[in-house]
Parts: sequence; C-alpha cells; structure tokens
Amino acid sequence: MSATLFLEQLINGLQLGTMLFLMASGLTLVFGVMGLINLAHGSFYMVGAYITAAITAASGSFMLGLGAGLLGAAAVGALVELIVIRRLYHRSHLDQVLATFALILIFSEGTRWLFGASPLWLSTPEWLSGYVTLPGDARYPLYRLVIIGVGITVAVGLYLLISRTRLGMRVRAGESDREMIGALGIDISRLYTAVFALGAGLAGLAGTMVGALQSVQVGMGEPVLILAFVVIVIGGIGSIKGALLGALLVGVVDTLGRVFLPLFFRGFLPPSEATDVGAALASMLIYILMAVILAFKPKGLFTVND
Amino acid sequence: MKQLARLGLGLLLSTGLATAHAEEVKIGMITTLSGGGSHLGVDVRDAFLLAIEQSGRDDIEVLVQDDARKPDLARNLANEFMQRDEVDLMTGIIWSNLAMAVVPSVVRQGTFYLSPNAGPSALAGRMCHANYFNVAYQNDNLHGAMGAWMKEQGYERPLIMAPNYPAGTDALAGFKHLYEGEVADELYTQMGQTDYAAEIAQIRASDADSLFFFLPGGMGISFMKQWQNAGVELPVFGAAFSFDETLIKAVGEAAIGARNTSLWAYDLDNDTSRAFVESFQQAYDRMPTLYAAQGFDTANLILSALGKAHPDDQDAFREALREADFDSVRGEFRFGPNQHPIQDIYVREVVAGEDGEPTNRLLGIAVEDIQDIYYPDCKM
Repeated sequence: MSATLFLEQLINGLQLGTMLFLMASGLTLVFGVMGLINLAHGSFYMVGAYITAAITAASGSFMLGLGAGLLGAAAVGALVELIVIRRLYHRSHLDQVLATFALILIFSEGTRWLFGASPLWLSTPEWLSGYVTLPGDARYPLYRLVIIGVGITVAVGLYLLISRTRLGMRVRAGESDREMIGALGIDISRLYTAVFALGAGLAGLAGTMVGALQSVQVGMGEPVLILAFVVIVIGGIGSIKGALLGALLVGVVDTLGRVFLPLFFRGFLPPSEATDVGAALASMLIYILMAVILAFKPKGLFTVND
Repeated sequence: MKQLARLGLGLLLSTGLATAHAEEVKIGMITTLSGGGSHLGVDVRDAFLLAIEQSGRDDIEVLVQDDARKPDLARNLANEFMQRDEVDLMTGIIWSNLAMAVVPSVVRQGTFYLSPNAGPSALAGRMCHANYFNVAYQNDNLHGAMGAWMKEQGYERPLIMAPNYPAGTDALAGFKHLYEGEVADELYTQMGQTDYAAEIAQIRASDADSLFFFLPGGMGISFMKQWQNAGVELPVFGAAFSFDETLIKAVGEAAIGARNTSLWAYDLDNDTSRAFVESFQQAYDRMPTLYAAQGFDTANLILSALGKAHPDDQDAFREALREADFDSVRGEFRFGPNQHPIQDIYVREVVAGEDGEPTNRLLGIAVEDIQDIYYPDCKM
C-alpha cells in the first residue's frame, strides 16, 4: 500500500462525501423545517440526471443539460410539493413514508415509460474529461475534482443563504418554531415550497454530476438515499453544517473501509472471501460510526440551534 | 348397468379432457424486465417470442412474468407457474443467483427448465438434473475462452476483476483455469456497484499488463466511463456481457478498442444468423444482442423437441431436447453429458461503426468446441 494510493482514495472519499452532501442538505432542510420524511428525494436525483441526459442529447451542450437538470428537478420538486407533499405535513410520519414511497414507484415507472428500461447515455463533456497529475505522480480524473469543487461551492452558498438572507432567516425560524413564524405573518406555504424545490434542485444536481460519471438509469437514486439518511442522522437533523461534516465523514470512512478492509483480510484469506468479509465489514462501518456518534451525541453532531 | 354406463361416460370425459390438455403447450418465462440490466431480459423475451411466431404454431402459449432481478420474487412466480398455470416448461432467468433460487426446485418437481442465459457452475456439476438444460453457456465459457486467447496473444500479468456473486467467482475461476498462468491481482467488487474509483486506483497501483473484467449490465457502463478518464493505459478485455450492442452504445467512445469473447456475433457468417438478425431488426428496430441470440436458440430448441414429443411424455421429450436438432444462430451446437453446450467461442473487437457509434466486429474464433469443467461432477 503506497502513499499515493492512500491519497487517491482519500480524495475519492471526499468526492463521495461532497456528492452525499448535495443529497443530504435538501433532505435535512425538508426534515428540519417541515418535519417531513421524504423517501422520494432519490427520485429527484434520478429526474435531474434524466433531464440532463435528454437535454444534453438534444442540444449537444452538457452545461445547458446541467442547468436544465437542476432547474427541472427543482420545478418537479415544487410541483410535487404543491400537489402531494402539502397534504402530508400534518399527518403522521408513517403516512409520510407510505405516500413518499408511492412517489418513488410512480417516478420509477413513469421514467421507464418515458425513456425505456435501458440506461441513458450521458458522458462528461470534453473539457472536463481527462485527468490531472497529483503529487507522487498519481493521476486523478479532473471531473471528480470538479464534483468536489461544486460540492464545496454549494456548501458555502447554502451557508450564506441560511445565515445571511431573509429566506435563510425564515428557514431558521421555521426550524425553531413552526407555529410561531406562521403567527408572525410569514407565508409559510410559500416558504415550504421554496425549501422543498431547493432540496429537489440540489438532489437533481447531484444526480446529474454522478450520472455523467456512472450511468443514468431507473432506480439510481435509492442507494444514495439510504446513505443520505445516515448522513443527516449523524450530522443532526436540520443542520446544514452537520450534513456537510456527516457527509464527508461517511464518504471518507466508506471509501477507505471498502478498499483497505479487504486488503487487510487478504493477508490471511483467499481473495473472494477476503472481499466478502472486508466488504461486509466495510458496509457496516458507517452504521457502526453512526451508532458510536449517537451514543455520545443522541441528537447528532450538531443540533439545529448550535 | 346404469352405474357402469356412468363410469364409462366418466372415463370418456376424462380421456377427452386429457387429450385436449395434451395438445396445448404452456411455457412459463420468468425474466428480468425492469430495473438495472433489464435489457437482457427484454432481448431474451423478444427473440423468444419472435421464434415462436415464426414457427406459426398456435398451440403454444408463452406466459411472461417480470422478476425485477429479485430471487424471492422469481421463486414465487415459479411456484405460481407450476401450481396455478401448470406450465410444461420454464425458461427466461437471466441472473445466476436467481437461477440458483428457482431452478433446483422447479426441476425436482418434474417441470423442464431451459436456461437462456444463467449458467452457474453448481447446476453444471454437482446439482445437474435430467430436466435442466442450458442453451446459452456455462458461466465460465466466455471467460475461459478469453483467458486462453490472452495467453496465446502473449499477455503475462492480467489483473482480473468481477462482482462477488456466483457468476462473478465462476468467471474468474474460469478465466484462470484456461489462462494457466500467474495473474497480477484479483479484485472482487460489490454487486450493483456504481463507483469504481477505488478499484481503478488499485489497478493503477498494480503492475498488471492488461485488464480483464466481468461486470454485466449497468456496472460495465459505469466502470468503462470512469476508466476512460482515469488515464490508466492498459488494454481491456472482457466477455460479451459487458460489451453487448446496447451497453457499448451507452458507454460510447470509451468502449472502443476493448476485445471481448462471445458465443455469437451479429456479423457471423451463417444463413440462420443472417436471417435472425434481419427478422429481429425488422420486428424490433434494433440490433440483437447475444442474449437475443440465446433466447432465439432456446425457443428453436424447444420447437424442435415439440416436433417430436410432448413434454407430458417426459422421457421422449428429454431425448428430443438432448439431440439439439435445430439450426442454431451460432453455427454448430451440441450438448455435453451434463446438458450444457459444447460450442465455439468467438473474439470480437469494439470499433467505431459507420454511423460513428461503437459496434462489435468479429475477429475470429478464440477457442473451438469449448466445454465446461464441471461435467465430471454431474451424476445423472
């Protein structure tokens, strides 16, 4: 095991972390402000990727597709909030889970119906392809560095939005006391739609960025959604700061565990078994991390009023 | 007297019903039509139905169900087919883990099963069964053929990689068996994995001179796209499962140059294959993949056997299947003692087609008359 391999895997972990952050920030805002468990968040991830793939194929411009994917996912999010989610705020969490699970099925089948079952083609644009050389002569894909950059930009943007703007002030107020801000004469339903659309747009952005790297297919959002839930529980529900730290933690721990645990077990087991044991442990690792953090900080790393 | 007459009538009625039943043949197809990798099941189904349609027989009923790539669902569907619909034969399963969940109980209960794709090693050896036929390949075939071919081409330290599930471990075992040399390293990935940054870093850190991988379905797309941007300059080899016509269109340019083994190629030089490609394109407006070829062959094998016997006459029907008396799109086709194919495996290269999109071009034969290595374990 060389230092270069370690460095490369560390950056891989950061990249996974920033991507998870894009997903988790929307999820945590929606849960924190509206108290809603939204399982359909992964569908916006998929919707963003599909819109980007379709627009990129039609126009030939990835950036145009990216913009369309982000705005499209936000628009679909706003629409879903107006039609469905709105009716769920006062229902129990079980009702919310059932209804948003139904949304997953509707989105998946709808997408299959529109685009077919085969994965869509979406590739990174020419100018983002290729690699950069890191210290120690390791080559790292430029596009993955760009994902990290986008993630950090979004994190800073969200921080400024929440702490410095009027919308952010209302969001914070909403997290502290939902009834009170309504009583103060703030149009709470517009605020909810805006927050939900923002979350959906960020999920769409994540889906697009990752879709170009992996593949754009039906059901691509659900595996990420599970990780995103782990992230917001670790970070503290409703906290953007917590989502960022939690995402980076999960990304790095998951990636390093996935690589180095099997390597460790290969010292004394045949390769396929070593992978089995190592991968099983590695996939448990983030849940162990979650359990340990919750044992010491039952509300996650950051509570909303920190 | 009255009683006797009633008995006679009853006998008459029951024999009448039995013959009516005997004329019809019900085929139950459980395959993957939704979720990741569903284009495999869609191609098997479409080609299978095309062959049945071309036969012009209207006494064959094909019931199709989607397993969504879930073993438990596939099992339930199989039970429904056997108990409610009383099908005569079953086919369709794409994935080895699903085949292992379904096939053993189906054949034990006396229903024929013909696999159009999955070929786990257990079913070729230890757990083989007189009612189980594999019309596609044993999982090792294509990988072993590539191992033999790479050896012949002079590669000395291939790094080999596959997902950690029955077909994945079979794949690497098969490759190593015919490669017969040291490999640089073996990597096992998770089933359904989409991010390969960690594996690519390990490949870069190794001293391999070539890469052989088996990542079927959407996994191959993700890997090839990430591989292209990683700047690792190793020649890439694989089996057709990562380079079928649908997948390489989704991968795009990154697939060009990769060489892969297949039991069939659309530019294969025989009349059956040419007619199949033409009729498939006409019916479905796309290029058939090897899965389509396997589905087509499975249907034609069944049709050839139905011409000789009805599945209710189990021994005669089984014998008719064993003869494999049909025109395969692969050219020559015959069964080994464990009812798995003995066939030629071809090498193809991904090139830019006339329309600029990647497509496979036949290079030649990798291994002639390849047979799986598990048949000695099969006691039938």
